[in-house]
Amino acid sequence: MRGTVEWTDRRVENVIGNLLRAGVLLSALVVLFGGVIYLVHHGHDPAGYRVFHGEPTDLRHIRGILHDALALHGRGIIQLGLLLLIATPIARVAFSIFGFAEERDWMYVGFTLIVLIILLYSLVGSS
Amino acid sequence: MNVLVFTLLVWLVSLGAGFLGSLTGLGGGVVLVPLLTLVFKVDIRYAIGASLVSVIATSSGAAAAYVKEGFSNIRIGMFLEIATTGGALLGAFLALKVPAQAIAVIFGLVLLYSAYLSGRPQPVISESDRPDELATQLRMNSAYPSADGPRTYYPRRVPAGFGLMFGAGALSGLLGIGSGAVKVLAMDQAMKIPFKVSTTTSNFMIGVTAAASAGVYLNRGYIDPGLAMPVMLGVLTGSLLGTRVLVKAKTRSLRFVFSVVIMFLGLEMIYKGIVGGI
Repeated sequence: MRGTVEWTDRRVENVIGNLLRAGVLLSALVVLFGGVIYLVHHGHDPAGYRVFHGEPTDLRHIRGILHDALALHGRGIIQLGLLLLIATPIARVAFSIFGFAEERDWMYVGFTLIVLIILLYSLVGSS
Repeated sequence: MNVLVFTLLVWLVSLGAGFLGSLTGLGGGVVLVPLLTLVFKVDIRYAIGASLVSVIATSSGAAAAYVKEGFSNIRIGMFLEIATTGGALLGAFLALKVPAQAIAVIFGLVLLYSAYLSGRPQPVISESDRPDELATQLRMNSAYPSADGPRTYYPRRVPAGFGLMFGAGALSGLLGIGSGAVKVLAMDQAMKIPFKVSTTTSNFMIGVTAAASAGVYLNRGYIDPGLAMPVMLGVLTGSLLGTRVLVKAKTRSLRFVFSVVIMFLGLEMIYKGIVGGI
């Protein structure tokens, strides 16, 4: 029994490791791609972050970001990459639920669900 | 300064911060926010948003390597993540209410504390050899690979660790840093978890904690793509280089120099926060 648990643990850890690496790599590539477009179009604009304005609403929410990214706006594509990056640890947590469920560790399925709900609330429900 | 020059400079500074952060184990976020606000005159709210994103990138990148080594304890990590993500959410909402100058002062104090922590010698942890009742119920007892085979360890004082983790999460959400130092402290000092296990498990948790506050920052318009892009790419590249080049012999003096830099940045943040230059 003990051996089985450890074996599943290690397999889950391997999948989680690959998931994290792929997520970070993918988001970095998307951010880089968007960054190039952004710099081509706006490289000669004056840079100004001294005063806080807050981002326009379309760069704050998933739907607006997708819309801007599909229109190939540099800032929209970067924001999509950042969204993928934020989603990477969330996917990691979601995947852990399956890992714990496979081990029939319902207590930890419950703990992981709480963490997942907090994360999803922050991303979707906090506006 | 135009956007192109600004982006390249921020990228270079982020690369350096990520490189030194991973070499010294102090993390890049802790110097990034002060550098962006003090040197580049970026509003602290944009700086925190960008730093938070880079924290997710480095933590997830490094955790990918750590989980495979078998040191990190997924159960301890997941249980304590309830505390860190809850705290992070609270910290992020606080960041929306607290004035920027107060955030700068709190940031400065955290920098001074980090400098103090990294300057003093590593305290010896007396590991517990008896199982703790609550930790056993939570299935936290485990073993890690060592030279003489697997070594079993028994975490203790779970409620104290949980409380400290909530605080670490709140700091992370308020300041946009990983607050790995507080996390390791909670697991080492309070829960008596072996150092190898606590550092890797903490790294595993940092990305999830940062993601919990990043959502709030994104929805409130604190994450600017033009700033976050060079910061994220720079810190990520720098920290990956850092893990490749890890020169053991020079880490000690490097750590000292880095902690002196952190101390000065901390004093400057407090000063600017009080006189109103932020």
